[in-house]
Order: sequence, then C-alpha cells, then structure tokens
Amino acid sequence: MTPRSDGPEELPIRADDDVVRVRQLVRTYAQQVKLSLVDQTKLVTAASELARNTLVYGGGGFARVEIITADGRTGIRASFHDEGPGIPDLSLALADGWSSGKGMGLGLSGARRLVDEFDLDSEVGRGTVVMVVKWKR
Amino acid sequence: MERVPILKIGGVLLVSIQIDLQDQSVLALQEDLAEKISATGAHGVVIDISAVEIVDSFIGRMFATIASISRLFDADTVVVGMRPAVAITLVELGLTLGGVRTALDLERGMRILENIGRERGRTGLEAR
Amino acid sequence: MVGEAEHGHRLTELLRSNTDALVAAWVEAVATTLRGRTTGAELERDFRELFTSLLPVASGDGRDLSGHAYAELRSLLGDLSRSRARQNFSPSETASSVFALKRVVFELVNGQDDAELFRQVLSFSTLLDGLGLLTFEAYARAREEIIKEQSEQLLELTTPVVKLWEGVLAVPLVGTLDSARTQVVMEKLLEALVETGSEHAIIDITGVLAVDTQVAQHLLKTVVAARLMGAECTISGIRPQIAQTIVALGIEFGDIATKATLADALRHALRRDGVEVVRKGERGAL
Repeated sequence: MTPRSDGPEELPIRADDDVVRVRQLVRTYAQQVKLSLVDQTKLVTAASELARNTLVYGGGGFARVEIITADGRTGIRASFHDEGPGIPDLSLALADGWSSGKGMGLGLSGARRLVDEFDLDSEVGRGTVVMVVKWKR
Repeated sequence: MERVPILKIGGVLLVSIQIDLQDQSVLALQEDLAEKISATGAHGVVIDISAVEIVDSFIGRMFATIASISRLFDADTVVVGMRPAVAITLVELGLTLGGVRTALDLERGMRILENIGRERGRTGLEAR
Repeated sequence: MVGEAEHGHRLTELLRSNTDALVAAWVEAVATTLRGRTTGAELERDFRELFTSLLPVASGDGRDLSGHAYAELRSLLGDLSRSRARQNFSPSETASSVFALKRVVFELVNGQDDAELFRQVLSFSTLLDGLGLLTFEAYARAREEIIKEQSEQLLELTTPVVKLWEGVLAVPLVGTLDSARTQVVMEKLLEALVETGSEHAIIDITGVLAVDTQVAQHLLKTVVAARLMGAECTISGIRPQIAQTIVALGIEFGDIATKATLADALRHALRRDGVEVVRKGERGAL
C-alpha cells in the first residue's frame, strides 16, 4: 500500500537556529497525530541529530516533514537532504562511536535507535538523504 | 542567539534553561560558566532542565563538559529536573552523562551540593 | 455498470416507489430477531438511511464493493456493525439485518410474471450477499478493537505504581511481560517518581514467569533512565529461572541494585534515606 501523504512542509537548514526550527516543526507534527510524549521526544531528538548532521557534515540543506498513513497506521516522516560530500562508508557511519567530524558519533546510529524506520541514501560527491518514520503506537 | 542566564545563590551558580537551546547557546553557556565559576569561586553548579523538552547528544555532552570544567575549579555539578521522556530518550540514544550527578528537583540538587560541601569541610578535601 | 441503467431499471423503480412499505417490513423482520435489544425507531432510522443509499446501486451486481459508488454504503454498514459489536450482538444477528432485506424484496416481487425483474432481483440478492459479508468483516474488526482496548485497560489495572513509604515507589509486575507492556509500565513508573518526588523505585518481578532479552533490556534502561532523573531503582524478586535466563542471555546487570525480596529492597531504600527499622525496645540492645 502506498502511504498517503499529508501536506509536506519544508524548512531550510542553513544555520544553527534552523535546527531549532526543525525540532519545533517536527514536534508540531508529532503532536498533531498524537504520538505519545515519549515517542514525540524520541522523534524530535532524532530530528535534532539529523538536522545538525545536515548542517555540519552536509554543509546545509533542508528538512521535509509530513504526516503519512499506511495499513491503517498514522505516522510522521521526516527527511533531511543535503548536497554535501556524501558518506563514503555507510556501515561505518552507522556504527556506534564513529564520527567524521565533531560530536560523539551518536548522530546517525543514535537517531536510528529512536525511530521505527530509518533510510539512508548517500552518494559521494552528490549528497545525502536521511529519512526517518515514527508510527503512532 | 539567546544566552542562558546564570544566577549566583550563595556559593552556588544556578543555570535554569528556559529556552530551546541551539548549539551556539550551548557553547556560549559553557564559556560563560567557566568565567563565572572562576570569578566567583563558586563550589557548585546546578543546571535545572525541568523546562527542557529534548536533550540531544550535543546538549547531553554539554552536561559532561560543564562538570569537567567545574571540577577544574573544585566545584561540583548537579543536573536537576530531567523529564522522564527525556531520560528514556537519552538512554535509547546511548548517551550516558559520564558521572554527572542528578537530582529530581532543584531543592534536592541544592541539598546534594550542601552535603558534598559538608563532607569536604569535615575531611578537609576542599583544599585538594 | 452501476447507475448506468438506473432509469428504466425495473427493480430500482419498484424499490423507490415502495420505500416506506419496504423499510417498515424490513424493520419488522429484524426487530423480531433482535428481541427488543434495540428500539424500532433506531432500526427505522438506520435502515431508512441504508435503503436510501442502496437505491442508486440497486441496479449493479455488487461485484466490486470496494468501488467509489459503494463508499457511502460501506461507511453506513461499517458504523452499523461497529455499534452492533459494541452492544454485544452476535455476528450472525448483525449480518442477518442485511439479509433480512432479501425476503422483504422477494415478497414484494412475488407473483409477478416478469423474467427481467426476476433477473434483477437475483442480481440484487447477490449484492446483498456481498454487503452481508462486509458487515461480517466490519464486525470482526470492531471486536478486535474492543479486545485491544480491553487488554490495554487490563494492563492499566494490573500494573499499579504503589507508594511503600515516603519517597519509595514500587511496581509489582505479574504474569508474562512483553516488550510493549514493559515499556508502558516503565514510563508510568518514571512519571510517578516526578509526580510524587520519590527518589527510590522498586521493580518487583516476583510474579513474573519469564523475561526475554528485550524485556530485560527495558528493565535495565528504566534503571538507567531513573538515575538520569536523580532516582535510584532496585529490582527485586528475581526467580532462580529468571536469574539463569539473564545470565544465559549474557545480559549485564552491572552495578544495578538487585534484592532477593521486595522487603529487602524496601529496607535497602530506607537505609539509603537514613531510616533504620528496629523492633520496639531493641534499640538499646543494639
């Protein structure tokens, strides 16, 4: 079944305070579909990690947030797009404790543990797209 | 960029985070605190995060950094008021605060600092 | 083909011109089987609505009920089945509400010597069969929802967070723990710590039959989360079999406080608070 999309919204990630704006947008969406408080917090935290990655490693980009439904479930999908250098070794990037820049290396692997679905698409020299979904329990 | 205010109460510096922290504010707070501890000779730092809705790895790392900085000035750090949802998320994220003390609320946090101070006074550790 | 030949469709015209009589007969037929558990007025209202949305599709064969033309009918039947399921009607009672219309329509056309009309009635009857099956499905779904709600309510009831002492909370867990249930309970416990300002929590698993890796992980995560909040969490009542499982699964309990019984855990919590429990008159002897 193709998920039905509901009004995707995009925000640029160009500066530090954009990360805060992305968090707030994701929270608004999460509240709209009534995710539990814990799930809201997990999703917003994951979004914060990923938006920072987009800014710091991807050199900026944008975030897209939308409500999706599939098989009678409702959820939030957030994706993070950049046209940065890309990630040469995905499995290494997803391993705990690895980081190509500053931070503790929890960004990608940590974010993955906080969501229900995680999809990473990266091409060296072209950029990176990370997509996460949190379903309503 | 918004700055987080630092209050001085007796020998304790109180940081009550009431804003949605951006990375620059986090870095600024670390710098401001280092200066303030050194200037005031405070023996404790309490970071009240009861109003904070999310703590990601960057903010989480700040607690450990602040604790390390304060230790250099012989001051202790207590993080108080972490919300359950935030705590659950941090554990899932895989972040431990590396030896930072925690307390349920501000009052208990202050009490922990008092107790440490008293112990130090008795055992003479404060001269360390 | 729906609606294409509505004009001139014999049966549709017959149904339309006899609406009042048919609805009345339908209500009467069903009212007797439902034996007064629903009022005639309710049935009258529901069936009239159903009948009205049936008219535009009465000329169809009902082969593809998922189509747009049947949308309204589907939603009406869905609502009807759900409310029947909640009122504890049986599935056959629910579906026979639809099938009852067949007999009513047969009686209407009975004795008319019209081959075309007969063919149309047959096709209409197939449509009603399909709709009857739809109510079955909707009914089953509604029951599943009810069961899910009830198990959630049961969960709330069976996992109370209790106050043992000033500043000491406990959750006695009973039965089989699954990952989802453990998560809910743990969230509840952590929230209760904040609400009551308690610095000690005891998770008592004396009544727990088995734990798997995921459940054990949830317990551990709860203890760590409680620590981040400034509270201490003790796990008590680990049965020998569970202890073996934990060791066999290679789960590291590390520096987490575990006690044999709930009483030991309570004593441990009190001692940390500087409270010592002694028998009257023993104080001097100690």
